[in-house]
Amino acid sequence: MTPFNYERASDISEAVGKPQFIAGGTNLLDLMKLGVETPDRITDITRLDMKNIEDHEGGLRIGALVSNSDLAADMRVRQTYPVLSRALLSGASGQLRNMATTGGNLLQRTRCYYFQDKSSPCNKREPGSGCSAIGGVTRLHAILGASEHCIATHPSDMAVAMQALDALVEVEGKDGSRRIALSDFYRLPEDRPDRETVLEYGELITAVVLPPAPTGKQTYRKVRDRASYAFALVSVAGIVSMQDGKIAQVALAFGGVAPRPWRDLEFEAALVGRAPTRETFDAATDILLRDASGQGGNDFKIPLLRRTLRAVLTELCEE
Amino acid sequence: MKTTLTINGNTHALDIDPRTTLLDALRNHLDLTGSKKGCDHGQCGACTVIADGRRINSCLTLACMMDGVEITTVEGLGKPGDLSPLQDAFVRHDGFQCGYCTPGQICSATAMLEEARAGWPSAVTDNLEGETVSLGNGEISERMSGNLCRCAAYPNIVDAIREVSERKEVAE
Ligand SMILES: Cc1cc2nc3c(=O)[nH]c(=O)nc-3n(C[C@H](O)[C@H](O)[C@H](O)COP(=O)(O)OP(=O)(O)OC[C@H]3O[C@@H](n4cnc5c(N)ncnc54)[C@H](O)[C@@H]3O)c2cc1C
Ligand code: FES
Ligand code: FES
Repeated sequence: MTPFNYERASDISEAVGKPQFIAGGTNLLDLMKLGVETPDRITDITRLDMKNIEDHEGGLRIGALVSNSDLAADMRVRQTYPVLSRALLSGASGQLRNMATTGGNLLQRTRCYYFQDKSSPCNKREPGSGCSAIGGVTRLHAILGASEHCIATHPSDMAVAMQALDALVEVEGKDGSRRIALSDFYRLPEDRPDRETVLEYGELITAVVLPPAPTGKQTYRKVRDRASYAFALVSVAGIVSMQDGKIAQVALAFGGVAPRPWRDLEFEAALVGRAPTRETFDAATDILLRDASGQGGNDFKIPLLRRTLRAVLTELCEE
Repeated sequence: MKTTLTINGNTHALDIDPRTTLLDALRNHLDLTGSKKGCDHGQCGACTVIADGRRINSCLTLACMMDGVEITTVEGLGKPGDLSPLQDAFVRHDGFQCGYCTPGQICSATAMLEEARAGWPSAVTDNLEGETVSLGNGEISERMSGNLCRCAAYPNIVDAIREVSERKEVAE
């Protein structure tokens, strides 16, 4: 680790505008040890008053410091947003979930091997240096939304469930607070993969707001290289409601396949109003995967996504 | 920088580089070498300690962020002649071979039993809304997946934990 000055913020207004927040530290310290992140000042935000989960506008307002384990265990989340509990519980380990926070989870960086290896060129770490993953080992990499400059995936499970739930991110900046739809929060890599979100320097995430829970069944299905304590190769957060034997409403988000939690409204529209048959699922999935492309090592994700999605839809459409 | 840590009920005033992790503070500055360093990246669980009742990876925690927090390490759970129920069960069930992962396993399991008692579900719990959970082998394995054992003593580790969790249920 390179040396840094440590400072602790005692209230939200004091923290805003400060460099390099640290919350649970599980991603930042990991990357600092690898020399991937080299802040010369860090601002400890763990004592700020952002640890509550409140009933809010018919939904929930989750403070940015709520731990992943407290959020997963909250009875309101378990009952009304089970997709979110399930996604959180499928991530990391018991120890890490106790440390990991809601804000930090959203902002965790990619697990791309080359991003984490300082000796490899990486446009995300060092803009303009090139992408070592393209033509390299690509088992973890994106099949959707990538660019010729970066093919990294976003690793969060929590954010995938929140994407299906139409969550909003509440942030506090120098000019006051604003709410950003999670669907507008992450940028695609294009030619600037180092810019991952729309946050400005020094903006603090204060909360995530969940709108009232949608009707229907919810589930989270994660496929990975071992049964637990591994990142997703493919994951699906699904919410489906049925009416008279037809699909009435859907929200589906995908993890492990793109630079951000992936959602495609055109694909969802192709499911609505139809009977839940394999033909319906396959035709809609063709739309979802219309621009999908593999890099060799991750080609398997295209059929894996199709099959995982089919399993999820079959489960959720059962009346 | 100056910081104060509370470990196993004792207070320690330290003057350390802010880069010092809790794990390095324990091992290098306080001579508490029970907590082990396997990976130093949150991937193995050998460094697990209990902070205000919750298990955490001490390798991904800065010591200077932990003032005011009650930390328990394996040394604080029991001693020879006065072992904690899990320490005792690990010995009787032969829940280790080289023993390197064991302090982390025992700290993790100690806090994990409290999580289960509080009704926290896991990724393999069928009914998310249940108030109670019962710890079969599948639940124990999932909840302990953050502790790797390179010697693969897993079956005996699970047996030791299950025995203590069943005894707790009977006692209640
Ligand atoms: C071995 C291992 C396995 C893992 N497996 C999974 C997995 O399967 N699924 C999964 O989803 N995740 C997994 N994780 C990642 C884990 O979920 C993240 O590390 C964690 O959620 C990050 O949260 P934190 O509070 O520790 O963030 P920190 O490390 O404290 O911060 C991360 C980033 O967020 C910024 N930040 C934090 N809080 C705020 C805020 N309020 N406002 C603005 N910026 C902020 C920090 O400045 C930093 O840049 C794993 C991690 C490890 C080490
Ligand atoms: S040493 Fe901390 S998890 Fe491996
Ligand atoms: S007993 Fe050797 S690593 Fe677990």
